[in-house]
Amino acid sequence: MTRIDRKFAELQAKGKKAFVSYIMAGDPDFDTSLEIAKGLPAAGVDVIELGLPFTDPMADGPTIQLAGQRALAAGMTLQRTLDMAREFRKTDDTTPIVLMGYYNPIYNRGVDRFLVDAKEAGIDGMIVVDLPPEEDSELCIPAQAAGLNFIRLATPTTDDARLPKVLQNTSGFLYYVSINGITGAAEAEAADVGPEVARIKAKTDIPVIVGFGINTPDKAEAVAKVADGAVVGSAIVSRIAAGDSVADVLAFVKTLADGAHRA
Amino acid sequence: MNDRINSYKTGPDENGRFGNFGGRFVSETLMPLILSLEEQYERAKTDDSFWAEMNDLWTHYVGRPSPLYFAERLTEHLGGAKVYLKRDELNHTGAHKINNVLGQIILARRMGKTRIIAETGAGQHGVATATVCAKFGLKCVIYMGAHDVERQSPNVFRMKLLGAEVVAVTSGRGTLKDAMNDAMRDWVTNVDDTFYCIGTVAGPHPYPAMVRDFQAIIGKEAKEQMQAAEGRLPDTLVAAIGGGSNAMGLFFPFLDDASVNIIGVEAGGKGVNAKMEHCASLTGGRPGVLHGNRTYLLQDDDGQILEGFSISAGLDYPGIGPEHSWLHDIGRAQYVSITDVEALEAFQLCCELEGIIPALEPSHALAHVMKIAPDLPKDHLICMNMCGRGDKDIFTVAKALGVDMDTGA
Repeated sequence: MTRIDRKFAELQAKGKKAFVSYIMAGDPDFDTSLEIAKGLPAAGVDVIELGLPFTDPMADGPTIQLAGQRALAAGMTLQRTLDMAREFRKTDDTTPIVLMGYYNPIYNRGVDRFLVDAKEAGIDGMIVVDLPPEEDSELCIPAQAAGLNFIRLATPTTDDARLPKVLQNTSGFLYYVSINGITGAAEAEAADVGPEVARIKAKTDIPVIVGFGINTPDKAEAVAKVADGAVVGSAIVSRIAAGDSVADVLAFVKTLADGAHRA
Repeated sequence: MNDRINSYKTGPDENGRFGNFGGRFVSETLMPLILSLEEQYERAKTDDSFWAEMNDLWTHYVGRPSPLYFAERLTEHLGGAKVYLKRDELNHTGAHKINNVLGQIILARRMGKTRIIAETGAGQHGVATATVCAKFGLKCVIYMGAHDVERQSPNVFRMKLLGAEVVAVTSGRGTLKDAMNDAMRDWVTNVDDTFYCIGTVAGPHPYPAMVRDFQAIIGKEAKEQMQAAEGRLPDTLVAAIGGGSNAMGLFFPFLDDASVNIIGVEAGGKGVNAKMEHCASLTGGRPGVLHGNRTYLLQDDDGQILEGFSISAGLDYPGIGPEHSWLHDIGRAQYVSITDVEALEAFQLCCELEGIIPALEPSHALAHVMKIAPDLPKDHLICMNMCGRGDKDIFTVAKALGVDMDTGA
């Protein structure tokens, strides 16, 4: 059982929805992003998605792309991202951390070495955008064997015929991508998302969290209402990009978390 | 030789792999789309009416077969092997790119798609895509790095004349790989009506195999034409490689002919050295995952992708088609690199000796021919793919040679 599994069991027992926040590791620099990360649990964040910077983030819109570029320019690497998680763990041993990014930096390090290092750094699971079920033998199966969750994305194009394949090796939670598109682009509509989440939940017991296109407390609440929780990424990252202070970023995160927790 | 077990032509496997290369490294949103494309392509491959339509357009619209031309003065000048040029620069739109575009657009029409997107580097694939879209009345959006928009302005204007929307990509560093990223972002956003027409033998399965199959007409014709001219197979094939579609098209029909040496020529830019000012993925990179496939990539110690560097916008890509990576690793083909300076020399020599203005891409292949031909016997037959014409490059070449185009001085 990972911290992710424990967190969802705890939320479920309390009848609460999850609020998941995304920040890019090292954006705008190592120290600032670590400080933000350390403040997230107190701001109401149940699960932290920690972005792993990559030069070619094909599923992301400009907000996350630029965050990655800022982080890389400030010297962020996979190693430094793991270092950041390790630092975070010194003060928080319960909030789950999900590493989110693309496969090449992981492949480049070597999957076996990466899994050992990630676990040791206190990472609980991962979302690797460019590894669909067809490539499960690359990282998904070894990650599960190493005791880490591999969280899969399901999308509006994942039809009923394909859904079992997507669910098969997913663990921790399922991330439902609310729109066809990239992060930070179109807005999610709870009215469209509800039936889709219900369709997925009919086929699985694992929590279904919805992300992409959620940028306000009301939207977080509306979406969390029809799912097991909501993810906000680009809206938070834009505050960091705008140069908001750590306190202001965390205050904004709290309004989003409160929204999701009202659901 | 053509026995399945001993054949180099059976790939990719059902997972889109050539050995360990290739695959389907895409987001979930795109997975159903590429599976549906694969299904449609598998059906089309054995459908006579599909190939009848292709052949008709290849003949009457593209002008195939392209000639196999004996470059007599060049051969004499080099003093060794006999040099033949496969004249794919004579195709409609001036390069081999249209061979593949026709195939993909016919498929797109069969799939009911009404909007075509493509990435382009030098602009040749963009022009070919815009051309075929104009012919069939399809909406066309071309993604091109802002830097390439600037250095290939004649092709940008051509695409606009043909009715395409040209998006200058400024994300990342505004080059071909960023254009490909943005094309993929467009595709995940417009999954219902849009078909992504990839211009090279890279990307997620089935693109590398499909584009190769459409380009294989080059090698198929060359084989027959060499047979007619010399009564035998060529001894050496040479082609330039960015992503590697013209090369794969020439090489594929010869893979099982053991006597044929196969040489791919990568862009060495300022030289394949520690400064990475080149785009020679095989000579200067290592395996990684980008744009849907595992292949050799230019990358740093952290697995971040590096920018390629070449005088030729068409070769300026940090990756290479996965089948080339496989042919490299198993040793069936040899891969070398040529610098900007060497390519420019070959460009000028070809103009002067053969009256052919080559594109900068095949000028790299020609530069390698110039290196090897003098030491080969006079009965050695080289077949080089002249995959594009150089009209688009005259401004770049003038600049490199220090000529002022306004005064011609």
